[in-house]
Amino acid sequence: MNCTDLLSHLSDYFDDKLSTRLLEEIRTHTAGCEHCRVVLNTTEQTIHVYKGNEVYEVSDELRERLHTAIMAKCLAVKK
Amino acid sequence: MSGDLFSARFSHPLLMPAIQSPATEEIHPDVALVERAKAGDTAAFEQLVRQYERQIFRVAQHITQNREDAEDITQDAFLKAYEKLDQFQGNSKFSTWLVRIAVNESLMRLRKRKTSKTVSMDEDVHTEEGSIPRDFAEWRPNPEQEYNQAELADILRKTIQGLPPGFRSVFTLRDVENLSTEETAEVLGLSVPAVKSRLLRARLQLRERLSRYFRKKQEGQPA
Repeated sequence: MNCTDLLSHLSDYFDDKLSTRLLEEIRTHTAGCEHCRVVLNTTEQTIHVYKGNEVYEVSDELRERLHTAIMAKCLAVKK
Repeated sequence: MSGDLFSARFSHPLLMPAIQSPATEEIHPDVALVERAKAGDTAAFEQLVRQYERQIFRVAQHITQNREDAEDITQDAFLKAYEKLDQFQGNSKFSTWLVRIAVNESLMRLRKRKTSKTVSMDEDVHTEEGSIPRDFAEWRPNPEQEYNQAELADILRKTIQGLPPGFRSVFTLRDVENLSTEETAEVLGLSVPAVKSRLLRARLQLRERLSRYFRKKQEGQPA
């Protein structure tokens, strides 16, 4: 496996869709390639930081305001 | 080093594989609510609104990058869902159908912004810019601990704002809202390979941009 091959498998790697053989090939490649090791590590951290942090806060006040507006519109249509 | 990488990967709770569904297919609780709502039960529809209003707002805000637009889109998406409830056949999950309405509304809103140069779902997604790794610096051990929550959210907003809408939509649905690749493809009207390709490039572009904030300082550089 070379660096380009590794990149092409990256999405499946993060989605746990790779075969044991390909995982082993990635392990072998990253053991000897610092660049790919960094790309793998920091891409994983990128996903983690977005999954673990609320980028756009939806406050309770906003949620209530939205909820009231949505239901008012829907009930108006029903009439 | 690679051993650490692999063990960390599979032990992280956020990145654990999804729990497999049992062999017997369970009926999603939304099905009953949708049926009741179709029969005119407003309380059932209101429960669906409660369940998904935050998610729909987040999706709209991520795609449009505009809070007022996101508020309008959230209201319009639920209204449209309410009006077209009879057309929902149940071939997909109700939430997937609802997100699809919200995404379409969001993209339509972007197209209407005459001043924006990135108005198309497909625009910019054919370029390789930012999709080929250039930054090979490790990040500091705990970048999340070096910023408070507000600072970190600001960095993440600035970073995702720079993505073309076609990448932003895929990344939002897959990595923020945790939809499956298949669900994301259904929502966006894309093939599964197209979703995978855009997701990879979105992740790589975000990685590159976040590296500017989180990379280890090299000797001689100001802190």
